[in-house]
Amino acid sequence: MATLKLNGEERRIDGPDDMSLLWAVRDLAGLTGTKYGCGAGLCGACTVHVDGVAVRSCLTTLSEVAGKEVTTIEGLSETGDHPVQAAWRELNVPQCGFCQAGQIMQAASLLAATPNPTDQEILEEMEGNICRCGCYERIVAAVRHASTGI
Amino acid sequence: MLNYLQDARVIPAAPTAPARDVAIVNLSLDVSRRSFLAGAGGALTVAAFAGSAEAFIRYPTGGETMPHGLRTDPLTFVTLHGDGSVEIVAHRAEMGQGARTSLPMVLADEMGADWDQVSLRQAPGDEATYGNQDTDGSRSMRHHLQTMRQIGASIRHMLASAAAQKWEVEVSAVEVGVHEVKSGENTAGFGELAELAMRQPVPDFEALNFKDAADFRYIGTGDVSIYDIRDITTGKAIYGADVMLPGMKVAVIARPPVVGAEPTAFDSADAEEIPGVERIETLPSSIPPAKFAPLGGVAVIASNTDAAIKGRDALKVTWGDSPHASYNSEAYLAEMRETAKQPGQVLREEGDVDAAFAGAAKTVTRQYAQAHMVHATMEPPVAVAQVANGKAEIWAPVQSPYGARQDIAAALGMPVADVTVHMTLLGGGFGRKSKCDYAIEAALLSQKIGAPVKVQWTREDDIRHGFNHTTSVERIEAAVDADGKVVGWRHNSVAPSILSTFAPDSGHQFFIENGMGHIDVPFEIPNLRCENGKAMAHARIGWFRAVSNVPRAWAIQSFAAELAEELGKDQKEMLLELIGSDRKLDPPTQGFPENFWDYGEVYEEYPIDTARLKNVLNLAADKSGWGAEAPDGEGWGLAVHRSFVTYVATAAKVKIVDGQITVPEVHMAVDCGFAVNPERIRSQMEGAAVMGMTLALHSAITYEDGAVVQSNYHDYEMVRSTNFPQVVHTHIVEHPFSVHASGVGEPGVPPVAPAIANAVFNATGKRLRDLPFGESI
Ligand code: FES
Ligand code: FES
Repeated sequence: MATLKLNGEERRIDGPDDMSLLWAVRDLAGLTGTKYGCGAGLCGACTVHVDGVAVRSCLTTLSEVAGKEVTTIEGLSETGDHPVQAAWRELNVPQCGFCQAGQIMQAASLLAATPNPTDQEILEEMEGNICRCGCYERIVAAVRHASTGI
Repeated sequence: MLNYLQDARVIPAAPTAPARDVAIVNLSLDVSRRSFLAGAGGALTVAAFAGSAEAFIRYPTGGETMPHGLRTDPLTFVTLHGDGSVEIVAHRAEMGQGARTSLPMVLADEMGADWDQVSLRQAPGDEATYGNQDTDGSRSMRHHLQTMRQIGASIRHMLASAAAQKWEVEVSAVEVGVHEVKSGENTAGFGELAELAMRQPVPDFEALNFKDAADFRYIGTGDVSIYDIRDITTGKAIYGADVMLPGMKVAVIARPPVVGAEPTAFDSADAEEIPGVERIETLPSSIPPAKFAPLGGVAVIASNTDAAIKGRDALKVTWGDSPHASYNSEAYLAEMRETAKQPGQVLREEGDVDAAFAGAAKTVTRQYAQAHMVHATMEPPVAVAQVANGKAEIWAPVQSPYGARQDIAAALGMPVADVTVHMTLLGGGFGRKSKCDYAIEAALLSQKIGAPVKVQWTREDDIRHGFNHTTSVERIEAAVDADGKVVGWRHNSVAPSILSTFAPDSGHQFFIENGMGHIDVPFEIPNLRCENGKAMAHARIGWFRAVSNVPRAWAIQSFAAELAEELGKDQKEMLLELIGSDRKLDPPTQGFPENFWDYGEVYEEYPIDTARLKNVLNLAADKSGWGAEAPDGEGWGLAVHRSFVTYVATAAKVKIVDGQITVPEVHMAVDCGFAVNPERIRSQMEGAAVMGMTLALHSAITYEDGAVVQSNYHDYEMVRSTNFPQVVHTHIVEHPFSVHASGVGEPGVPPVAPAIANAVFNATGKRLRDLPFGESI
């Protein structure tokens, strides 16, 4: 069991300490925007923010986030119009869309820490996020778009 | 601003391409329809957007011969609401290829609807109502473009008739604009006419008018975003695992490591200790040929997914024997290399091949191989089922919702009528989700425990228990005469067949595999033989995006470049010489077998057209600046292939950086007939370049003692943001509606790997013949 701030709301989540945050968020908190892709920190589909920084929720346990602020894709922006989300729509990034919540959370974390990343910084930051559909070119362009508006 | 947006422009077809003549269909039926229309005066025509007679000349597609065929009833697909909103049914599966947006977009454009006022309803699996829903084979646009236009034109006609009735004017005096209907002083929105319009008789095809291309607002423009983009970017889109039912349990299954093995004993004590684990159930094993029957095994059923995974991982299962327990894929590949050297079953024979080789001044022989692959869709297989009170309801990401419904009904022993299959969005498909074993598992478990069940596959399950892309050896021999001309061609294709999943294995490929880039080789060589050597399957073989076209394009396009090297020719010139004159292949006179399969189409409608093939090759080559000197460690490579009746050429640039193969730039030239949604065509070409690079560098599923060696993305690797085809330019050949539209989900993939390998050769002098060839050189 853990008490945390989930998308700005104080929540008590009634699961075992070693439960992964991914399944706690999905199955117990009912927030299904965060996706399971590998369960092993290899794909980034499960990316959420803990205290504003991107982490892999599949490798994070419930007890590790007790007292912390956890943000999922549903809570990234109240209106759904975070600059990264807007850039994703502007450039029509997704194909199947399954990896995109993780990609967006990773990109938002990057831009919060580094508002004007270089191309190399973008490529390296996004390396942990697989897109099997192959939207990388648009993902990278959208991160740049969100950071610079071009 | 962004290179792929700059690529938005459409490239006109080369003036010499005879494509337009090819595609103007001369069905006598349609001719008479047109004359009827012309003679009908204004009586039934709708003034606005009344197109010319050429706006829509109906042509046959293979869609008519698919199970349940095509449906055109506007009342099935469209609901007009009083508030002006328009509900359109999306009846095909959406897996990232864009069908859920593109087909309704066509309908909306033709009917005059404003896309912002359109909402979509996803159809359940019900082919009697919606027609064929099997989303596979790059067929959605190819088969449904015309029906979507017909439905749209029907609704527009019904809106006009409603207005005419309401205002007591002739239909011919009514104009249907964008979400608005007018006649003289009278105007009405679609909402105002909705109820009356929905009660109008459905017009016959002969009564319909179609828009001219100049009047399209969405078709051909690429300005429409995918329908689900807001939900996807805000986490609200619903995929398989996102379905939650009250009282639902989650099952994760230990499946036999070797296909066909039964669990002989298991110890679940540790699993049952895990909080949340509730019960253990077994499922009967299956062995091919078993179609999509689950593999069987031991299921851990829990209150949440975390507990189910941990419980499954804590199971200790002893597995029995299987006839496939000695399968070692590396040794098997070596066997296939030997088989390929022996004559196989002859599939196509033209000219006198033996004489050509006997009299050759030079012969060139090469072999190309490919390892097994799995789809590794980002969303692993998952399904939710509720079986209760003699009914079954399933929610799942399936490519064929009606096929799944039939298979689930059979597995449950229930009539199809009592089974409902709801389609969620698919987090990738690539052919994996045509096979509904995971949905059958959920249904069987729900039936067994009397509660709703979600079956969740882990990534390890997905990598180890899929329906593999086959493994193959392709051997090609060319006979060259004294003038350096290729006069003989022998191609022996050896690979376990997909058919082994459905019927007792003969060791031979079947007509569908033969038609995918093997016997349909488009080269103008007078003496030509295509053979198939025997190879038995030892794993579940399925289809993977572009299927047999992947190994065939790999072999033929690599071989063409090797021939160029042997004969001292330019690679593009060599390819053009092999393809030969502008013509349509004539299967009956060119030694094709009678069962030649042209992707299920009537051949005359979608012939193998060498002018279109050469056109995309020239286009990709020209855009890449083919022929320019490249610095050391850099090179361009070309490949061209027709699959799913679409023509695609790839020009790939390779740059070797610290011994690593990188792909800084790719040009994809695509001719898919009339280009309906250029924006999604581009995204499919970009995705194909990435998947093509992944399979070229990384994709190998190997077997030891019958079991898959790989388990997750660390040993079944994907191209990532630090090394992917960085800039993909897509060049779309422009055609009018009369050049039949074809799909783009698969055809982008086959030419990518050989283009990259040919570029590696040009950059380094090193020839790669086995897929995957690794990242380092
Ligand atoms: S699911 Fe967490 S990294 Fe893949
Ligand atoms: S959009 Fe399908 S995996 Fe990224």
